[in-house]
Parts: sequence; structure tokens; C-alpha cells
Amino acid sequence: MSILIYTESEGGKLKKTAFEVASYAKALAGQTGTTVTAVAVNADNTAELGKYGVDKVLKVSDEKLKGFNARAYADVIKQAAAQENAGIVIISSSANDKYLAPVLAINLEAGYAPNVVALPESTDPFRVKRTAFTNKAFNITEIRTDVKLIGLSKNSFGLKEANGAAAEETFAPALNDNDFAIGTESVDKTTGKVTIADAEIVVSGGRGLKGPENWGMIEELADVLGAATACSKPVSDMGWRPHGEHVGQTGKPVAANLYIAIGISGAIQHLAGINASKVKVVINTDPEAPFFKAADYGVVGDAFEVVPALIEKLKEFKAQNS
Amino acid sequence: MKILVCISHVPDTTSKINFSDGDTKFDTNGVQFVINPNDEFGLTRAMWFKEKQGASVTVVNVGGPETEPTLRKALAIGADEAIRVNAEATDGFFVARQLAKIVKDGGYDLVIAGRESIDYNGGMVPGMLAALTGANFVNTCIGLEVENNEATATREIDGGKETVKCALPLIIGGQKGLVEESDLRIPNMRGIMMARQKKLTVLEPEEAQSQTTAVKFEKPAPKGEVKLVSPDNLDELISLLHNEAKVI
Ligand SMILES: Cc1cc2nc3c(=O)[nH]c(=O)nc-3n(C[C@H](O)[C@H](O)[C@H](O)COP(=O)(O)OP(=O)(O)OC[C@H]3O[C@@H](n4cnc5c(N)ncnc54)[C@H](O)[C@@H]3O)c2cc1C
Ligand SMILES: Nc1ncnc2c1ncn2[C@@H]1O[C@H](COP(=O)(O)O)[C@@H](O)[C@H]1O
Repeated sequence: MSILIYTESEGGKLKKTAFEVASYAKALAGQTGTTVTAVAVNADNTAELGKYGVDKVLKVSDEKLKGFNARAYADVIKQAAAQENAGIVIISSSANDKYLAPVLAINLEAGYAPNVVALPESTDPFRVKRTAFTNKAFNITEIRTDVKLIGLSKNSFGLKEANGAAAEETFAPALNDNDFAIGTESVDKTTGKVTIADAEIVVSGGRGLKGPENWGMIEELADVLGAATACSKPVSDMGWRPHGEHVGQTGKPVAANLYIAIGISGAIQHLAGINASKVKVVINTDPEAPFFKAADYGVVGDAFEVVPALIEKLKEFKAQNS
Repeated sequence: MKILVCISHVPDTTSKINFSDGDTKFDTNGVQFVINPNDEFGLTRAMWFKEKQGASVTVVNVGGPETEPTLRKALAIGADEAIRVNAEATDGFFVARQLAKIVKDGGYDLVIAGRESIDYNGGMVPGMLAALTGANFVNTCIGLEVENNEATATREIDGGKETVKCALPLIIGGQKGLVEESDLRIPNMRGIMMARQKKLTVLEPEEAQSQTTAVKFEKPAPKGEVKLVSPDNLDELISLLHNEAKVI
């Protein structure tokens, strides 16, 4: 029984999550004495997957699969899993993967554990650790079906090079008209901006910034750091920033390397959604703000002074280090 | 149009999370339960379809008797009737199997569920329900219109949004955006009184096996002290982020 991974790509290019999933699968294959096969849809260059331990890549090229479609993609992965007799199927926790996962779970008759953060603590019974209660706790989940579906949390396992080479095979799944019952009318996507989902660094602003006119410095700070911008819930509720930037328990989850919170108090619902980030920095005038209890580094100070100064210092730092 | 709104009964977002029985059970002591926030947005959107397009709205929960106050709250907000499937919601698959039967038997055109429950964050039920019933499925739904049996749905995607069209029956995994925060309704006295008269049907579960079990819980390791940096010494912050944390 091999391990099958689905490696996500965008515009023909594999995403970082693809290499994370490959690294995790390779380590798990080591535990269970098996091999790793990847299935990639319309990805141009898949050779790099070998470097992260993938033994074989099933390459799907199909114009019909150009735009993401949960049902069709789930169908592709299911057929790949059947061909490879896969006992464990691993995907990421991206929004698209979370969209297709439950459909895939039903198709494969597989028990599904989402938001997994570590290798199984045992494989018989099969038990994995995942987050629950929006990062307020972990939960050891036992999957009891023959086929297991794992959704790996972003940034939890990391990238591990294995220095192998992957064989490539063409894979042509049979697609069904039913897979395409939902038609895309329009896509409205900002280009050239780092998204919260992909970002290594996220710069986030709260109500302490007083109004939307003050977001220039937040964007500039994000620019200098190559970061995505985000905000607290009231900021998007008041229309200062778009809803897509709202992070937290009821907004987008953030699992970045670095999360910088500016003028955000650190309410429990906000922290829950961003806690999976590795390093947290808070800039706030109030030393009693709860965020200081959750952060690694803190500056007690006025954002309107600290942020512009930080931007200047970072520009100098970047100039010296590039 | 017949709408079914799936309601998951979850700890209030401010709840402190604790476990009992050797960390094998969620400790509900002192925890207040609410309608899952994602479902509250969906329920409010359903009320719009009821008021503007004459839709009927049924709410459903798979859970024990303790979830009835949550269903009554949904009735007080304006749903027409409620169904409770009398079983412990052991996993997403088990819940989806129960709901699939309700959807088939009730002939619902539109099923509104949430993107995820904030307790187990499974994000499983709506997609599984769609796969089990064959209905169309749109996740992370932030906008929904229905005209002549055709739905136009807006879905949040990475860095933007996408608009799709499809036929009913449709199942959505909804979230904020379906309606705005300011559109959410607090039940008024009249609603609460009327809710007491509305039908709440209790059904016994279908035979189904759960596929996963939560065997144990853990709390995150306690956090170390924050390192404070003076606003006059931001070079130190940059140096810490570069040399110590290695994130820039
Ligand atoms: C059901 C529910 C779900 C929720 N979900 C979320 C969620 O997903 N995400 C979320 O973010 N919130 C969520 N909330 C809201 C949450 O409870 C808080 O209200 C919110 O996070 C507060 O946002 P804030 O920190 O921007 O604003 P505030 O709490 O008003 O904090 C502003 C902070 O800015 C500081 N400040 C003021 N001036 C300055 C200055 N010049 N320089 C620096 N700092 C300054 C203040 O000291 C203060 O700490 C939810 C609430 C509920 C009830
Ligand atoms: N026990 C339940 N009863 C009814 N609906 C549920 C139940 N659990 C989950 N749901 C629905 O499915 C959505 C996603 O939940 P989950 O898959 O648990 O993350 C929720 O927002 C609800 O709409």
C-alpha cells in the first residue's frame, strides 16, 4: 500500500505546500516502509518533487482542469489513489484542498483528519495529532477506515530534503460531465500581491489604527517585508479593509512564519486564528493588551511613530543584507 | 424553495477550553453554547430568502437533547421548524450520513451549512453531504442568490473571489459575507414566544459507523515571556527577528 499525495500548483507552478506535503509523506513512508507517489494537475515542472522524497509523479494535463474544481479534482485524486492502491492519501490545508477533501473522503470511503500537525504517533491503530477548537487545543484522532485521508496543516512539518529523483508518468483520468456541473462566471483576484494563505510574513492592523486612511504605513511595511496584509474583525466589519483580510477564529486562519500585530488588542477570537504562526510581534500603546501574553516580541509604543521608524530601519537592513 | 440550515452547537468563542476524564473529553462545565458563527450567517441569509422569496426554512442539528436551546434560538430568529436527530455527533461522516437522510426525505432545494464548526474545525459535513446526496457544492460561500432554480454563488478564493452558477439542489459551506455582521439578528421577545410554539421534531438516527474518533486532547504548551523592545531601539527588534527568530 503506497502513499499518494496531491501536490497543488497554480499557473503551472507547484506551491510550497506541495513540498511540505511531500516532506511529510516521505517521513511517513519511512515509518511504514512504502513509497510516495504524487499526483499533480497541470503542473509544468515536477522534477523538484524528487528532492523532497517523491518516488513517482502522475502528471495530469487537461485543459478542462485549468480552473480549480473541487469535484473534478477529487475525482482525479480518487482515480490516482485507486491505480496506486494507496492506503494513505495526503493533501494540504489550503482553502482549495479543504474544499475537495470531504468529497474525496466520501469517494475513497476514507476517514479524514484535517489540520494535522505531526507524523502519526502510531500507525496501528492509526493516530494523528491535529488542531481543534481553532488552535486552542490539539486532538489525537484515530482513523479507523482502511484508507486514510490526511490534511496537513501549513507550516507545521516544514520542508525536508531527501535528495531523490522522481519518475514521471502521464496520468489521464476519465472525467465525467457531472464533475463540471458548476460553471465559473467570473474571477476577481488581485494580482501581484502576496496572499495571506501563501505569505511567510503577515502584517496585520487593528482598530488602534483609527481609520482606513492610515493603512498606507501598514502596506508599506508589508511591502518592505514581502508580506501579506491582514486585519482584525472590527476593521473589516467597519469597511476599513476588505473582508478577505479578516483573520481570526471566524476569519481566515494564519500560519505564517512571522505575524506582526499593530494596534490589535489580542482578543481570544483573534489569537485563536493566528496562533499557529511561528513568531508573533505586537506593537501596541497599552502594555496591558492581552496580545503581549501571546507574543514573542513586543513594542509598547504608538504605531504612528513605531511603524514609520521600523520601515526606515528595515529598508536599511534590507539594503545591507541583499 | 425549501431550505435546510444545518446548525452546529458549539462553545461560545470566548470559552476557555478544558478537558476532563484524563483529557479524553471536552469539559462542558461553565461553557456557554451558541449557534456556530458560520451557521448564524447562513441562517440570516435563509431568513432573507424566506422574507423576499417565500422560502420555507427548517433548521437541523444532530445532537443530544442539550442542543435544543440552540435550535430554539434559531426558531426565535425566524426559522419555521426544527429537526433534531437524537444522536451524539461522533464525527463528520456520521453527521453527514444523518443529514443525507433528512435532505433526501425532505426534498430540500438548498442546504445551508457552515464552512466549518469552530469546535473541531472539521470542515467536513457540507462537502460529505454533497458527495452523499449528489447535490452541487460551493464552499467558503460569501454571497448567494437563487432565481428560477438556478443559484449564483460567490466563493472566497485565495486573494479574491469567484462567482459561479449552478442548478439546485445546492449545498453551501457558508461564512461571513453571506450577510454582514450588522445584519445578524438577536431574537426579540416576540420571536422567543413564537419559537415555543414551533415544531421541533426529534428523529432517531440512521445506522451509520463513524470513521474517526477523538481519542485524546492536549493543550498547547504554555508560552514563554514576551521580549519587550523599546520603541527607541528598533534595531534590536530587527536583530532579534533576524538572528534569534530567523524569520527575516
Ligand atoms: C463571535 C465572535 C467572533 C469573533 N471573531 C473574531 C475574529 O475572527 N477575528 C478578530 O480579530 N476578532 C474577532 N472577534 C472580535 C474580538 O472579540 C475583538 O473585538 C477584536 O479582535 C478587537 O479588534 P482590535 O484588536 O482591532 O480592536 P480593539 O480591541 O479595539 O483594540 C485596539 C488596540 O489598539 C491599541 N491602540 C490604540 N491606539 C494605538 C496606537 N496609536 N498605536 C498602537 N496601538 C494602539 C489599543 O491599546 C488596543 O489594544 C470576534 C468576536 C465575536 C463575538
Ligand atoms: N452535529 C451537527 N448537526 C447539524 N449540522 C452540523 C453538525 N455538525 C456540523 N454541521 C454543519 O456542518 C458545518 C461544518 O461543520 P464541520 O464539518 O463540523 O466543521 C457546520 O457549520 C454546520 O452547518
